Amino acid sequence: MPKVSITTRDGSQCIIDAPVGQSLMSAIRAETSDILALCDGSCSCATCHVYIEDAAADSLPPMSEGEDGLLDGCEFRREQSRLSCQILVDERHEGLRASIAPEE
Amino acid sequence: MAEQPGVVIVGAGQAGGELAFTLRSKGYPGSVTLIGREPHLPYQRPPLSKDFLLGKTGVDSLFVRPASAYDKHDIDRLLDVEVTHIDRTTKAVICSTGEHLAYDKLVLATGGTARKCALPGSDKPNAYSLRSMADAERLQRALDGVKTLVIVGGGYIGLEIAAAATTLGVATTILEAAPRILTRTTGPEVATFFEEQHRGRGVDVRTSARVVALHGDTAVDEIELAGGERLACDAVIFGIGLIPETTLASNAGLDTVNGVRVDTGMRTSDPDILAVGDCAESEHTLYDRHIRLESVPNALEQARVAAATICGDPVEYTAVPWFWSDQYDLKFQAVGLSTGYDEVVIRGCLTDNSFLACYLKRGEVISVDAVNRPAEFMVAKRLIKQRASVDRAALADDAVPLKSLLRPT
Repeated sequence: MPKVSITTRDGSQCIIDAPVGQSLMSAIRAETSDILALCDGSCSCATCHVYIEDAAADSLPPMSEGEDGLLDGCEFRREQSRLSCQILVDERHEGLRASIAPEE
Repeated sequence: MAEQPGVVIVGAGQAGGELAFTLRSKGYPGSVTLIGREPHLPYQRPPLSKDFLLGKTGVDSLFVRPASAYDKHDIDRLLDVEVTHIDRTTKAVICSTGEHLAYDKLVLATGGTARKCALPGSDKPNAYSLRSMADAERLQRALDGVKTLVIVGGGYIGLEIAAAATTLGVATTILEAAPRILTRTTGPEVATFFEEQHRGRGVDVRTSARVVALHGDTAVDEIELAGGERLACDAVIFGIGLIPETTLASNAGLDTVNGVRVDTGMRTSDPDILAVGDCAESEHTLYDRHIRLESVPNALEQARVAAATICGDPVEYTAVPWFWSDQYDLKFQAVGLSTGYDEVVIRGCLTDNSFLACYLKRGEVISVDAVNRPAEFMVAKRLIKQRASVDRAALADDAVPLKSLLRPT
């Protein structure tokens, strides 16, 4: 199972197991209550916003119009912004590093 | 010697589950026990009327967190167990198993049950409602075999089931007793939009259609409307609202009106008992009244507020309510409560399936319905939070970025 590194809002870092085939959001939610994921991964709310700091090239799926739109409405959008519910974990994500974006 | 009583949560839905984990992430040191009537760990209900019916989402992906997460964070689970009584004097709950569980703080996250149709015949085996995973599994099996389906109730749940059934090729009729659908939640413009969307895909949407009788011996074969018309059906689904589960609270003498009454910190009239989620009617800093909301975002936000109260680090419940619904290729998001609006401004074009309906009260944006406009929905949330008075012409003009209407922060 890929291990990914998550930096929570208080700045602490943890290494978590991210089951293949599930979303990165689910893996983070199993470990920390930092992300609310209010819409449970239906790409409706942007409360699972993360910054992907390090990931293997091409291992991230392209952004859908919906995800791009939601992020566009976020105050804290950055270059590395993604909605973690839209990233399905696979083996290439071993070593991925992400930090949780501030609450909107 | 038993350990010190900790937090007991009655109801293992999304509110209860979120509360348990938030307590742990805030460092709550005592025991945390989650008691659920259903045999399942907390799972997501919203997909039950959408992707689950379509077979796109299986049971496994409904669970919010894996069982291992509960073990890791030392959250005890008592599933398939009903709490029958609260003893406030000894501070304990009594379970259907006979077990007595002492609490320091008790949280009611009991949700609600689907409102039942009062007409004779509504308990026939082909009459359904949808609240639980078991309901959804029954309904999914039923949709596999039926040709004609009648849905009673033109609210979101009815519309979502209609979208799924139609996509599966079932001939579907929606019967709404009121003159239009979505009366509780949207203005007439958006209701008309959804009526047309469903009609355009072959759903027979009938408004001012009051059901007066259900006919059939072993099953409901025909539904009779006021006026005498009879509609044949293979199955009927009642999507006529939710009854908040308040029996435990009212039997324990807690204040209940349209739900268990709580303050902005989720405390009931007994300071050692809190309530969250669909069952709770809470004081809200944005509104001068108690409101009860049936939505996952509300359940999760309230769970966090309750955890903060329990941990002695109280915050007030201030989140702007919001909802979402997916039907066909329409992503619908609504934010704020439109009650009392005096003007609607449409941004974009209804016929493009991409627009906002903005509800204004004395010039202030109090609520927005967004169809296929996720970015503007996010901005709308901020507009409402700011209680912004906006220029109507700019609001209606797609060429003016919605963001530019925000007050600088």
